[in-house]
Amino acid sequence: MSELFRNIFRFILFLLIEVYVLNRVPHLHRFISPSLYFLFILWLPFVVSPRWLLVIGFMTGLTLDYFTQTPGLHAAACVLIAYVRPFLIAVLTPRDSGDFNYREPSPQSLLWAPYFIYVLILTLLHHAWLVMLEWMSFGSFSDFLLKLIASTAISLLLIFTVELLFPRNMRFRTNVGG
Amino acid sequence: MRNVILFIRRYFTFFIFLLLQVVSLWFLYTFNKFHQAQFSQSANELTGEVNARYKKIENFFALGEENRRVHQLNDSLFNLLPRQYAQVDTARQLVRDTVPSDTLNRYRRYYFRPAAVIYNSTNSEKNYIQLDRGSLHGITENMSVLSSTGAAVGVVVNASPRFAQVMSLLHVRQKVNVALKKSGDFGTLEWDGEDPGLLLLKGLPKSVPVQVGDSVETSRYSFNFPPGYPVGTVAEIVSDPGTNFFLLKVRPAARFYNLQYVFVVENLQYSEQVQLDEQTRKRIEDPKRNPR
Repeated sequence: MSELFRNIFRFILFLLIEVYVLNRVPHLHRFISPSLYFLFILWLPFVVSPRWLLVIGFMTGLTLDYFTQTPGLHAAACVLIAYVRPFLIAVLTPRDSGDFNYREPSPQSLLWAPYFIYVLILTLLHHAWLVMLEWMSFGSFSDFLLKLIASTAISLLLIFTVELLFPRNMRFRTNVGG
Repeated sequence: MRNVILFIRRYFTFFIFLLLQVVSLWFLYTFNKFHQAQFSQSANELTGEVNARYKKIENFFALGEENRRVHQLNDSLFNLLPRQYAQVDTARQLVRDTVPSDTLNRYRRYYFRPAAVIYNSTNSEKNYIQLDRGSLHGITENMSVLSSTGAAVGVVVNASPRFAQVMSLLHVRQKVNVALKKSGDFGTLEWDGEDPGLLLLKGLPKSVPVQVGDSVETSRYSFNFPPGYPVGTVAEIVSDPGTNFFLLKVRPAARFYNLQYVFVVENLQYSEQVQLDEQTRKRIEDPKRNPR
């Protein structure tokens, strides 16, 4: 399966799950709104340049917005995490390995603890931006914080469930021939 | 020199980031202000296709339930029909209206069109419903939407050629004029974006006798909704000592979680009523507008 095809497949799958499963099930509580689709951006290969990351993030968010009738809301959040992602990866990758041996961010390539921090920070950023834009017009600050924490927690739970259920087979990528 | 180039490269990425953020926010705020934004039109056409396909599959699993409800409704329709008509006051009427009237000399006020729900949300603070009928089928803005059991669901805010977008009662900007079934006293139905199971009824004076369990129905004074259709039941009475009005929490009669088929109701006199209303307000120069 080529890299491009794999990612296109993921894109469609994540969006369908987000629109037709996560947005449809009645929520446990009004503060707890799970979302998973942005994992697509977290899983993009290392080789994607920061600029392309931004463009892909924008398109991902906008596609979801088409379905949820909130143009720009998810796009803004996705562009934010796509912008922060390269900096985080630069900080979190082990120094001693000169070049990336792996294709994309995963518990194997970053190790569990750094990967957890990577996911935690990006999830928190995504939800903070989303919830802030959504609640700008009304709602109190405590509501904002509660919703942010609850949504982040449930999304993290989902992400790591996915991570454990579907381990991506990580082949080494040699430096020869890029 | 190398550092300068590096700086420019980094700056360029940041510039793209800012640009995309601004574009996103522009989308977000222009859409929320004007429901007619071009964006939603094309979005309706694009996602409408996908939603319609998905709904086709989903409908299959709910046919039994829906059949039962349709049967129930058909039953009750015989009783409801006369309510769509109003008597023409022939004593004072000099010019006959061009609105089609039946042989009993009553003119039609409301026209019902069936439609299927193809997208629905209840989880957001601003919930919209998408229908599979659009302007090609005669749907325009400001038509009201009733569920298949006749309960109030929302108001059409935008229509593309083949799809229409409905602002649900579960929307923080929705305001509907409703009345108590028992006494006919009216108030404004709103939603605070908190619990999808509870709507708020404001503006009902404390002199009105209200009890938990009382029925709330669409008001005779609403421009969009036909009168006498169920909205919900009073679930809780909050008596704020600071004002002369009740704050009632109303459990909605429509089941927003599993809407499938709805009626889009057109008030055939809507434009005339609204025009008269606006002219009057302009004349009296009152900037405030009542909820419709």
